[in-house]
Amino acid sequence: MDKIPDNRAWWLVLPVFLLVAFSALIPLMTVVNYSVQDIFGPGQAYYVGTEWFKEVLTDERLQASLIRQFAFSGAVLLIQIPLGIGVALMMPKSGIKGSLCLILVAIPLLIPWNVVGTIWQIFARGDIGLFGWAINEIGIDYNYTGDTVDAWLTVLLMDVWHWTPLVALLCYSGLRAIPEAFYQAAEIDRASKWAVFRYIQLPRLKSVLIIAVLLRFMDSFMIYIEPFVLTGGGPGSSTTFLSQTLTTMAIGQFDLGRAAAFSLIYFLIVLLISWLFFTAITHADKEK
Amino acid sequence: MAEIQLKSLAHSYSASPSGPDDYAIRQLDHVWHKGGAYALLGPSGCGKSTMLNIISGLVQPSEGEVLFDGKRVNELSPRDRNIAQVFQFPVVYDSMTVYENLAFPLKNNKVPAAKIKTRVQEIAEVLEIEDKLDKKARNLTADEKQKVSMGRGLVREDVSAILFDEPLTVIDPQLKWKLRRKLKQIHEQFDITMVYVTHDQLEASTFADKIAVMYDGQVVQFGTPTELFEAPNHTFVGYFIGSPGMNIVEVEKCQGAVRFGSVEIRLAPWQLDRLVDMKSNNIKIGIRPEFIEIVPAKSDDTYEAEVRDVEDLGTYKIVTVQLGDQTMKVRQDEEFNASIGSQVNLLFPGQWLMLYADEYLVQEQQ
Repeated sequence: MDKIPDNRAWWLVLPVFLLVAFSALIPLMTVVNYSVQDIFGPGQAYYVGTEWFKEVLTDERLQASLIRQFAFSGAVLLIQIPLGIGVALMMPKSGIKGSLCLILVAIPLLIPWNVVGTIWQIFARGDIGLFGWAINEIGIDYNYTGDTVDAWLTVLLMDVWHWTPLVALLCYSGLRAIPEAFYQAAEIDRASKWAVFRYIQLPRLKSVLIIAVLLRFMDSFMIYIEPFVLTGGGPGSSTTFLSQTLTTMAIGQFDLGRAAAFSLIYFLIVLLISWLFFTAITHADKEK
Repeated sequence: MAEIQLKSLAHSYSASPSGPDDYAIRQLDHVWHKGGAYALLGPSGCGKSTMLNIISGLVQPSEGEVLFDGKRVNELSPRDRNIAQVFQFPVVYDSMTVYENLAFPLKNNKVPAAKIKTRVQEIAEVLEIEDKLDKKARNLTADEKQKVSMGRGLVREDVSAILFDEPLTVIDPQLKWKLRRKLKQIHEQFDITMVYVTHDQLEASTFADKIAVMYDGQVVQFGTPTELFEAPNHTFVGYFIGSPGMNIVEVEKCQGAVRFGSVEIRLAPWQLDRLVDMKSNNIKIGIRPEFIEIVPAKSDDTYEAEVRDVEDLGTYKIVTVQLGDQTMKVRQDEEFNASIGSQVNLLFPGQWLMLYADEYLVQEQQ
């Protein structure tokens, strides 16, 4: 077939161009715009180059918050991924019991974030909350509003309660997709339970685990409402994570330049870590 | 190695079977002797795979017993029965290499590492995959994967039996023949009880010393390929074995003979004697196309039939003839010539004319 040269064909690219512009570039450019200028008001903007970025990167408050954030996301992944797999493995394979289990497991996922925060704020209180009261009652001194470790554990526990079901559901669907023949072959080959998990289930869960790890990393790295409602970032700033620091900066102090530079760095970190996870997992057992 | 005995075995996949149609296996007694190479032959859906899975323990029979060397194993899981099974479609552990796949059953059995190495090497050589040992199993082609699946079945030396469930379905024809020979060699070399499920009679007879033909949930005949050919114990065996299958004609009793339409077929005296006592009205006669003779001269023993069709199959011809209201196939040499519509004289040699009552062969009483 002859090709007809006609430059009007470029117009066909327009819808895609507009879509990408609106979905990614234009809103982001607003932030970029603020991150390189000091804006006092209409007509009072001064170009400052990378100054905000330098300031943000050397800010000790932000550094501390970033480290806390990494520690939190790391803990979330280390607990929720194995726990989610474990829950999925224990769930009944089919039938009414399976359906019932699915519903029960999924319930925490349906609760709005701020309600989750409120639930745990009350649930974990030493005086009127069942959980806090019970812990104190068995002789452990527990007070999430005053003690740093207790506050941390409570935030972590809340997140585990809220989001492990997601990992469990993803893994459950992955497990159900494994053909029965593999289990039969393993039974014939006299594989132990562990070997079945290690060589049949785990490799076949890989694709859902990539999704689970990425989702849980991104979500936990951006966590805001739940700790904000539960502890307000305290005691001190012990549970103040990145997005809360950012919000305080942008809304509380109206420090838009720094907040914009910080936002971009925040975004790049999420992007970078997600990419690292993805490449690490997908390349893990490629043939040499 | 073990002798595997199935005692009044029956199996239904439905929880409350209401009639014989609900059974995949009906009331079956069978013995697989120690060290034999057996084929289990039958059409799709006759219960072959069910029987295999019952032997290996993947399926619990709803009635009857499975005995290994006389010991009941119904309650034992496949791992405790120590049995190897190769499935119809390849199952490989795709995160492992070929070597790890083959070593897997041995590792699970706590075989020493040095022993695993030599054994895997040995099996890989037999299956001609020794150059693929370091490859990840997921990167193999379908027939390589099936070889690995088979290898995992063959690699264990101490198994009670190895069961093959149509293992060559996904393999291309040329390799199929080679692998079948391989299996036979392996059998001769290691002397392990092997049961090979197939719906292909050629596959069955090249692999097995003895073939069990299954039909409708029952073993209708258990014998050597020659026995199946020469004296089919059931009309289904006659029909299923041979190409084309046996000519089977429904007949009714009459004075001193059997009859279909206006044609009277003379039987041997003992067959007539047995027929007299028989209450059943389901009487059939059968004769293989290979055993019908076409003779030039008309006599008392011949039947006049009309040639309907002659198919030349290269080394022989299949002649379709009409005898009374029935058509029959006759196998003839290449030299045979007859125009369609011409009359020929058929001769049914007495020793090859079989009599069936209720689908089962009527045998001479000793």
